[in-house]
Amino acid sequence: MNSSSTQFVTSGGMGMYDHMHQLSMWGESFKSNGSPHPLSSMLLPNTSPSLIITADMKLDNQSEDTSGTPGPLNKYDQEVTKSSEKIQRRLAQNREAARKSRLRKKGLYVASGVEASHVGFNGAVNSGIATFEAEYGHWLEEQQKHVSDLRAAVTSNISDGEMRVLVEASLNHYYELFRMKGAAAKADVFYVMSGLWKSSAERFFLWIGGFRPSELIKILRPKIEPLAEPQLQGICNLGQLCQQAEDALSQGMDRLQQTLAQSVADGQLGEASYSPQIDTAMEKLDGVVRFVRQADHLRKAALVQVSQILTPRQAARGLLVLGEYFERLRALSQVWATNTREPE
Amino acid sequence: MGLASENGLVIFSKSSCCMCYAVNMLFQGIGVKPVMYDIDQDPEGREMEKALMKLGGAAAAGPVPAVFIGGKFMGSTNEIMSAHLSGQLVQMLKPFHHSMS
Repeated sequence: MNSSSTQFVTSGGMGMYDHMHQLSMWGESFKSNGSPHPLSSMLLPNTSPSLIITADMKLDNQSEDTSGTPGPLNKYDQEVTKSSEKIQRRLAQNREAARKSRLRKKGLYVASGVEASHVGFNGAVNSGIATFEAEYGHWLEEQQKHVSDLRAAVTSNISDGEMRVLVEASLNHYYELFRMKGAAAKADVFYVMSGLWKSSAERFFLWIGGFRPSELIKILRPKIEPLAEPQLQGICNLGQLCQQAEDALSQGMDRLQQTLAQSVADGQLGEASYSPQIDTAMEKLDGVVRFVRQADHLRKAALVQVSQILTPRQAARGLLVLGEYFERLRALSQVWATNTREPE
Repeated sequence: MGLASENGLVIFSKSSCCMCYAVNMLFQGIGVKPVMYDIDQDPEGREMEKALMKLGGAAAAGPVPAVFIGGKFMGSTNEIMSAHLSGQLVQMLKPFHHSMS
């Protein structure tokens, strides 16, 4: 076996024929919904394995090194590595599309119209965003479990201690999402600002790349009543404090948007930028990343406060309400998408 | 940082920093007007920036905004936001309310 096919056959240790079989199986899963998945037709124009196999055939012909041992990369090896990386990305995307298809069937995931937005004009994939989308798929599955656990807990007689454990687990799951978003923001801040991984209904309520804490508090308060006076006060007060913090961040964000727009108009951002001005342009984009992260920090701080103000049982109830609210939003997007009416 | 101890509420900022503007707006929204000190307008700005970075530590997103209340360093945006949501910020500002415009 020469080194090119060694590189194509990666950690799976599969041979050429196994790859072909795998690819044709993926092709089948795309067709299982009755029509080819829109994402797959973007990634695999003919939804056939032949495209990838052809690339591999070319690798075989190009490589001169038959020893199989890694040496200094010559020009052909570099080509092979690049193609191999491209193929790996394609395979990862295919796996991801199949996974989303499974989630969609379970009603857990709604594709946005610009789902493949991280694929650039030249076909290059933003790996930070691809990673985020893959992780978000996992996150949604986990979230469903947390919501089920909370639902079972609030109707049960478990102790406050056990309830607290469930509450903490659910909260940490949200904090994990904020961490993921922070990393994604570095990869493509506009993607995160636009909430492109979310369903369209969720995006309707978007505020700096996510939910608005004061809105959530308004929604969940009536659902967790009756509350003792200090807690009712605490929650109402928290809502107000969140509103103030949101207003401040919104004003800062508005100002940043204005300066960014000015930079674009002045030709300071984009491919035609001259290097002395690139620093200011990058500074401004870093500024957007900072706002996205600050908004997530606010969301986390709000959740922390909610869990401190409420009893474990009330907090569990609140988190259940929250989880179900987002589930309904996602379902709403799906219902709307599948029931689009004909133009009159 | 003699500046900080003279006034109740001082925020070290940069003229281009929109997060500094946001924090300024937060304080104004709760009825206090901070003294905004733009370090990029100061001839010793570089030195000040270094000092603020040391104060803020590795976790801070940048040297500014750096908030001082009663001469004491309170932190950057994260700390101020957390303090606000917990109700602590309003408490901390009470002694300085009467001296603010």
